[in-house]
Amino acid sequence: MSQIFHRSTNTLSRATIFGAVFVVAALLWVAMEVQRSSYVTYAGVRRPQPVPFSHQHHVTGLGIDCRYCHTSVEISSVAGIPPTKTCMNCHSQIWTNAQLLEPVRASYRSGESLHWTRVNQLPDFVYFNHSIHINKGVGCNTCHGPVDQMPLMYQQASLEMEWCVECHRAPENNLRPRSQVFNMRYQQPTSANPVVVEGKSYTDQATLGKDLVEKYKVRSVLDITSCNTCHR
Amino acid sequence: MKMDEQNKVGLREKKREDVCPSKKGKLDLESVRAQIEQAAAEKTGPEYWRSLEELAGSADFQEALHREFPKGASEWVDSVSRRGFLKVMGASLGLAGMTGCVRLPLEPIVPYVRQPEEVIPGRPMFYATAVTLGGYASPVLVESHLGRPTKIEGNDRHPASLGGTDIFAQASILTMYDPDRSQSVMSMGDQRSWQSFLTVIRGPLNAQKALQGVGIRILTPSISSPTLADQLRNLRKIYPQAKWHVYEPVNRDNRLEGAKLPFGQPVETRYNLEAADVIVSLDADFLYAGFPGNVRYIRDFAKRRDPDGNMNRLYVIESTPSSTGAKADHRLPLRAVDIEWFARALAGALGLDAGVPDLTGEVAKHADFLAAVARDLQAHGGASVVLAGDHQPPVVHALAHAINAKLGNVGKTLFYGDPVDANPVNQTESMKDLVADMRGGKVDLLVILGGNPAYDAPADLDFADLLKSNKVSLRVHLGLYQNETADLSHWHINQTHELEAWGDARAYDGTVSIIQPLIAPLYNGKSAHEFVALLSGQADATGYDLVRGYWQKQQSGGDFEAFWRKSLHDGWIEGTAFTSKPVGTKANNLPLPTQLNENALELNIRRDPTIYDGQFSNNGWLQELPKPMTKLTWDNAVLLGPKMATRLEIKTEDVVELELNGRKVTGPVWIQAGHPDNSVTVFVGYGRRRAGRVGTAQGFDAYSLRTTAAPWFATGLQMRKTGETYKLASTQGYQTMDTPNGDTRALVRETTLEEYRKEPSFAKEEEPAPGLTLYKPYPYKEEDYAWGMTIDLNSCVGCNNCMLACQSENNIAVVGKEQTVIGRHMHWLRVDAYYQGDRDNPKAFFQPVPCMQCENAPCEVVCPVGATNHSSEGLNDMVYNRCVGTRYCSNNCPYKVRRFNFFLFQDWETPQYKMMRNPDVSVRSRGVMEKCTYCVQRINERRIDAEREERKINDSKHEDELQTACQQSCPAGAIIFGNINDANSKVSKLKAEARNYSLLSELNTRPRTTYLAEVSNPNPELKS
Repeated sequence: MSQIFHRSTNTLSRATIFGAVFVVAALLWVAMEVQRSSYVTYAGVRRPQPVPFSHQHHVTGLGIDCRYCHTSVEISSVAGIPPTKTCMNCHSQIWTNAQLLEPVRASYRSGESLHWTRVNQLPDFVYFNHSIHINKGVGCNTCHGPVDQMPLMYQQASLEMEWCVECHRAPENNLRPRSQVFNMRYQQPTSANPVVVEGKSYTDQATLGKDLVEKYKVRSVLDITSCNTCHR
Repeated sequence: MKMDEQNKVGLREKKREDVCPSKKGKLDLESVRAQIEQAAAEKTGPEYWRSLEELAGSADFQEALHREFPKGASEWVDSVSRRGFLKVMGASLGLAGMTGCVRLPLEPIVPYVRQPEEVIPGRPMFYATAVTLGGYASPVLVESHLGRPTKIEGNDRHPASLGGTDIFAQASILTMYDPDRSQSVMSMGDQRSWQSFLTVIRGPLNAQKALQGVGIRILTPSISSPTLADQLRNLRKIYPQAKWHVYEPVNRDNRLEGAKLPFGQPVETRYNLEAADVIVSLDADFLYAGFPGNVRYIRDFAKRRDPDGNMNRLYVIESTPSSTGAKADHRLPLRAVDIEWFARALAGALGLDAGVPDLTGEVAKHADFLAAVARDLQAHGGASVVLAGDHQPPVVHALAHAINAKLGNVGKTLFYGDPVDANPVNQTESMKDLVADMRGGKVDLLVILGGNPAYDAPADLDFADLLKSNKVSLRVHLGLYQNETADLSHWHINQTHELEAWGDARAYDGTVSIIQPLIAPLYNGKSAHEFVALLSGQADATGYDLVRGYWQKQQSGGDFEAFWRKSLHDGWIEGTAFTSKPVGTKANNLPLPTQLNENALELNIRRDPTIYDGQFSNNGWLQELPKPMTKLTWDNAVLLGPKMATRLEIKTEDVVELELNGRKVTGPVWIQAGHPDNSVTVFVGYGRRRAGRVGTAQGFDAYSLRTTAAPWFATGLQMRKTGETYKLASTQGYQTMDTPNGDTRALVRETTLEEYRKEPSFAKEEEPAPGLTLYKPYPYKEEDYAWGMTIDLNSCVGCNNCMLACQSENNIAVVGKEQTVIGRHMHWLRVDAYYQGDRDNPKAFFQPVPCMQCENAPCEVVCPVGATNHSSEGLNDMVYNRCVGTRYCSNNCPYKVRRFNFFLFQDWETPQYKMMRNPDVSVRSRGVMEKCTYCVQRINERRIDAEREERKINDSKHEDELQTACQQSCPAGAIIFGNINDANSKVSKLKAEARNYSLLSELNTRPRTTYLAEVSNPNPELKS
């Protein structure tokens, strides 16, 4: 009885078996890449909003502090989205006829809330608290990115656990003096651009971070990487 | 009883056996009974037992002991075959890897238009208000998240609460969000509008006005609201001939009549149990929800249970086993009819003329007991108290008053004052009068203001038939549910819940609380205030204006706005508590004793421990809450004692027919250790025909045996076996902890005061040395927190409040009867009941068991996905989103405190339930393990607050700011939680006490939850 398969099939099958490892690895790599891509995380994606609110204009152009609108950021888990009333504080005086602002005025007239689309969104099983981060010297733009330069708001970081834990494992890399938390143009210290905290001048983040961890009593890495820090 | 339900369960039983032929048949109770007899005779068996099967050491019990979950809990019992299931599983496995790649859906943010000043998103607010039961207010603080009430806490500054609540207050939040509540005005089965009702009612009201309201009858439940009482009385100005009737199935007529006998006026008794050295309860279940003032009484009682202090002594003479009886130092089970004889004999022994010269009948057998109680009372004149139960006849109350007066207790351990009920009439008589008028055709307009008389009125009045017969031309019902009464009314108006309307009510001591709404009415209901206002021609009056207006009238002079704000803020109105009232005693006019039928079988009718009179039938939390002694859920049963069961050859779950004076009902039997002989107990509140999706057709309707002549107990009962059986869902014996060698120290440890003084650390045992583990010790830091808990078994009264507080705080699902039967209930915290001694009168002990948060946790090391981990503060964290449901952890947990979501138990669809949930706790899905976390959400919130303010949690200025949910509303203060690294914390001090011990310490798990052993204070004279 003759062979059904030609001799070369042996080589082909060996190559296939060997190659399968790479194919599986490649598939896994693709899956990981997709998982981290902005398609899944929404990082960098501008979302539809009822009013094309520009943080760039209000923060850089007009110099309004973050806390004028996000009032509860220092005392609560959520920063707070401003009520329509906050918009109307100014817009009852200026740009009163602008077509773009009609949804805001309509909301104020009718008492119906504006429906914004959430930009920085965490899964429901993650319990993030703004106030403690602000209090320990994590700047707004450390997580939210250059909001002052965003004409339309988008999410800067992936907001995946990997990204959170990166900082929770080494908080000293990102801390800044409390006075600089709301400063959107804050730069980490360099020898050319030192940061002064209580009379002491720092020229590199490593020393500053270490001192701030101590000064602000940031809990140990073991503490802040315990599961219940974020999950309950 | 619904037999098809029973058949369904029975069929399933059968099917399970088919699927798994290796499984043994049902527990063979014949042999169990023989074993019990033997065990009792030979005094083998465990010293402390949880069920009669355990006492007998039956094989099935042994098997249950070694199981992770009760039998059947982890098996596939649904109609889909295993093959079908595997096919579906195969397909879903292929896709399983993809589920991690889901994109989050876009989510809207909806801010306020004008944000209220005090509201801070992300931080809850607390409002002081009250919920009522039988007219009595439970003062509470309600946690509100952005306008959604989510959790009930006790009002810690209110004298009637001191921070504690009872189960009914805890569960009221679920009733408020119940999607089965009445959502619209109904007339003859059609949805109608409030406006159309206004149009219809105008004519009859005008007609009645001309007739001075001679045909108007208003039927209300007990009302303590000063505003509503004022409104109802003012109705008389418009309709002078109208009548106000009051009826509540769980009424306090006996107490009222019992006070009228000696005092001639309806005074109410209030107790100061803290001052009482000796307490004698004549069938009074005063340490359980439903007894007015129970929350305060539990606290006062618990304060006197410290074995290092001046311990009190409790004697309970009772007709059905209760949690109060379980706390007794001496308990005497007697038939309810015999208790009058005991009371008379006790009065006689104390030198009063009580009409019985000699001890007779059952009481004669307990002459020593009686004499010892009498001597103990005599020795503690002025520091003792005798309480009589609401279902004991007036004469027992009168005897209790006489004994208390004789002992000089009045003004010291008890006080007399005005009744809380605004219309303290004999409710049974009131109902009889109403029915007579209805039959006589004198009633043209019947207004039923809440309540459900078509279901719960005495059976001999045939109230439902009377409604059906159309003798009353217009019947209007205001109620939370479209219940049996709504069905028989022409108009049904949907009522607001107390958490959504303005009102006021009195607590047990008379203190008035203003009831303020936490949320706008979900279904546009009307409150009783608004409804009565309509009758008096003010159809547009709002509840707010009515309540505020009433108090404005009371508050002449002074700054009303300041008074109003303070009253709302505090949760009560200052100076409204009733003062102690001197009462003159009339001549001894006790009714003469009637002839006692010694061997007649007695029927004892009681309100249900969890669903009360049936008004909580549709509340899943209360339905699934195990009743304190039987641990039954979802059903009522015919309770009888082991001796009687043996004599009549009746087994648990046998269906029997009860017949009393020609009225019949059938129900399943539950054999309850400690139940008196010749007596059966049934609980009312079940057998609802129209309660809602949860409560309809559960159990049997015991109201059908209840008559005006014998509302609580009667002799002459006949009981017959029907030959059928019915599956009951009792959690007794579930999650029984196994000891490694089976013969090590008992899990509940207790001794007498005398022994305790000799050997204070009797409960202690040598623990394995700390190094005895292969795992590395966790690196804790001394200056950090280490959370721990201590549960004082001496204070715990087994009221189950902690279980509901936990359920509410932690979004715990209700699973239903079928799932409870196979042991899949989800309570993170359970209260185990242990018995010891004679099964006809055992001692009983309660032991709340949350997660032990072990230092060497067996669960952590077996999790293959790292979903349960040790935290830096010593908690065993549970990460729900990581859990894949292998259940290795619960298999390895010796305390059996882990619960598994076998199905999607949580309701993810109903919008009302979404509003009810605690936003700080994950809602768990199918296939996820869950367990107690020491309320880690509370720990985190408080820690963040403390760190922001650069201080420690619970420092001197913020004492008790961090409490777990079970601790916070525990009326006894039995649960103490805190930082065990701080030597000055309450929990550290308790852990240093001699009575402190941990469960299964020989396993070297080093639990963070420990117990303080129980110490009883028996009368040395009564040592057996």
